[in-house]
Amino acid sequence: MSALNIKKGSSSHSAYDLRDPNAQVTESHTLAVLVDNEAGVLARVIGLFSGRGYNIDSLTVAEVDHTGHRSRITVVTRGTPSVIEQIKAQLGRLVPVHEVHDLTVEGPSVERELALFKVAGTGEKRIEALRLAEIFRANVVDSTLQSFVFEMTGTPAKIDAFAELMRPLGLADVARTGVAALARGV
Amino acid sequence: MSRQMTGARMVVQALKDQGVDVVFGYPGGAVLPIYDEIFQQNDIRHILVRHEQGAVHMAEGYARSTGKPGVALVTSGPGATNAVTGLTDALMDSIPIVVLTGQVPTFMIGTDGFQEADTVGITRPCTKHNWLVKDTETLAQTLHQAFHVATKGRPGPVLIDIPKDVQFATGTYQGPREAKQSRYQPKVKGDIDAITKLVEMMEKAERPVFYTGGGVINSGPAASQLLRELADATGIPVTSTLMGLGAYPASGKNWIGMLGMHGLYEANLAMHDCDLMINLGARFDDRITGRIADFSPRSKKAHVDIDPSSINKVIHVDVPIVGDVGHVLEDLLKVWKARGRKVNKEGLAKWWGQIDQWKAKNCLSYKPSQKTIKPQYALERLEALTRGRDRYITTEVGQHQMWAAQFLHFDAPNRWMTSGGLGTMGYGLPASIGVQIAHPDALVINVAGEASWLMNMQEMGTAMQFRAPVKQFILNNERLGMVRQWQQLLHGERYSSSWSESLPDFVKLAEAFGARGAKVESPKDMDDAIMAMIEYDGPYILDVMVEKHENCFPMIPSGKPHNEMLLGDASTEGAIQSGGAVLV
Ligand SMILES: Cc1ncc(C[n+]2csc(CCOP(=O)(O)OP(=O)(O)O)c2C)c(N)n1
Ligand SMILES: [Mg+2]
Repeated sequence: MSALNIKKGSSSHSAYDLRDPNAQVTESHTLAVLVDNEAGVLARVIGLFSGRGYNIDSLTVAEVDHTGHRSRITVVTRGTPSVIEQIKAQLGRLVPVHEVHDLTVEGPSVERELALFKVAGTGEKRIEALRLAEIFRANVVDSTLQSFVFEMTGTPAKIDAFAELMRPLGLADVARTGVAALARGV
Repeated sequence: MSRQMTGARMVVQALKDQGVDVVFGYPGGAVLPIYDEIFQQNDIRHILVRHEQGAVHMAEGYARSTGKPGVALVTSGPGATNAVTGLTDALMDSIPIVVLTGQVPTFMIGTDGFQEADTVGITRPCTKHNWLVKDTETLAQTLHQAFHVATKGRPGPVLIDIPKDVQFATGTYQGPREAKQSRYQPKVKGDIDAITKLVEMMEKAERPVFYTGGGVINSGPAASQLLRELADATGIPVTSTLMGLGAYPASGKNWIGMLGMHGLYEANLAMHDCDLMINLGARFDDRITGRIADFSPRSKKAHVDIDPSSINKVIHVDVPIVGDVGHVLEDLLKVWKARGRKVNKEGLAKWWGQIDQWKAKNCLSYKPSQKTIKPQYALERLEALTRGRDRYITTEVGQHQMWAAQFLHFDAPNRWMTSGGLGTMGYGLPASIGVQIAHPDALVINVAGEASWLMNMQEMGTAMQFRAPVKQFILNNERLGMVRQWQQLLHGERYSSSWSESLPDFVKLAEAFGARGAKVESPKDMDDAIMAMIEYDGPYILDVMVEKHENCFPMIPSGKPHNEMLLGDASTEGAIQSGGAVLV
């Protein structure tokens, strides 16, 4: 039997699904999922993504309504338009899910992420790090003679850019929260 | 009426209040309080199975044949893990069942206690929803919610994990009516604009086809009735998936047979060549579509499904309608009548002419034999001798299952129980018992392969104990026939481990359980053997020795479009190319 000519990464949704996965461009979408904050709800959402082979680029979750026990899950995912539609439909049919919003298509939205950066160094590098932090409006939340911890909120792109600049200046550690997002206006 | 009672009593009370009359189960340490309550009442019958997988398949058989949810009760740890196959089966085929599992007491959860398993973790992906109840106060609410979720929207299996201390503790019981209204209320009415658009397309279509599935049956008997009315009034041909058999009667004039991998030539070609495909409660499963790129290339497609995630999952459709098939059919009929009952008469007449030509191929024909029993012949005789009776059929999985779907005919819904989506060998025997428990006076036959049947054969004990006179019609080819067929077509006739070696003597096996058995080896004895099986008042095994290397046709090889179907043993060589070999 000759080698099977199947593209790497072919979707496994259907045994017959031999569509070229690259035939359509993939898009990044930010979804806001409002759920009952019941036991296992996060596992259910994450399990859906892993079980069906969807991507998670970023995930944040916290209870946003303490009396109603509602949590908001913000997930940044990637896929072709039809996969994105499937993800939303699959999320929508989970029993504890109240609402699914695709912030990427439902009008303008704001996205923010919080990050902490530990930068270790002395002399010129230390001064340069502090100067760049000021430009990026990062706050110093901890300092020793050999290090700073900067705190910054911004878009993921801004955080990436800052991390890039800090790398040669002694970036030792990064912690990021993942994206929180809301639609603009009312 | 709210009352104080123990969690264990609440379980039994809630089952009664939900109209449950039978529970299939197996006891163990973590469910003893519930078993104690079952012992002290007479409204709910408990069927003691021999393996928890059997309990879940029985609950499925019960549910599929009645339209009511089936209930299973098992212990923690191994009891729960044994239930996983049945849960997955029910999820794939959208069968409403409620499974109750015992759990170690709440204060021991997470300590690797004896017979502890993370049951909600293990079953999260194979249930529609599941719950771990940690407080007796919330137990009644959860029980009622479980029945609601299992049956509303797209039906499916749910599981409630109940720690032993929650069963012992006392709490407040609420009946189904006092319980908080569930927020889970899937939409049942279809969008009327989309329905009107579909009617317009139906009026003009030259080559329309109804592609129906298990959703019609799940929607209830009214949906089947409406389908008949609509199909008969419009003259549009009807095909069905494996799961939908019986929704439209096989004796109906618009019936063109089952479609799919082993479906009829005329049904698959009608799907391929149609100009309007109306999918009612089916899901474009890969057994149906074949190669996606070549699936019905020239048709407009409408899809009615209660589950929004089914729509555009595999096949892009032009008219999506989210709603319950029954409700949508009702509106479809109303709108179609109100607009003057129009159809494209000329187009339809030509279309039927074409379909009749395809039918003339007689795709189910096989080479008859005087010497050996052909499996198709055995089923033809079974059909002839049981037709018109109050008959229910279950199957195992394999060639025999496909032949049963081809050669047995169903004129009503809920009469055909088979494992479609998961293809679970071992489903049929326990399912037949579940059906028989629900319909004690009916003729219930499990069409089985010898290999599948052995997977849950211990349930013969259950059939005996509870006097379920199920008939086990084993088409014994001494092969894992379907595997062998694929090896013949795909793997150079290297029959790797597809022989059923060291088979038991099925007649003696029947006798060992206290049942009756017989073996039939010659076509001339077939009718007598079937009649003896039907007339015996008790569980019965008929060991039908059939042709060993018969292949199941028609067959659409993996990765092929509908119009490249194999009709017989001729020209099967090289039929499946390397690209198809990786598919299942
Ligand atoms: C639990 C399980 N294991 C394996 C398979 C793969 N499988 C599909 S059909 C088949 C052979 C079934 O043999 P038998 O029951 O004798 O039926 P036949 O095809 O011979 O009619 C096998 C092994 C399956 N469907 N289910
Ligand atoms: Mg066999």
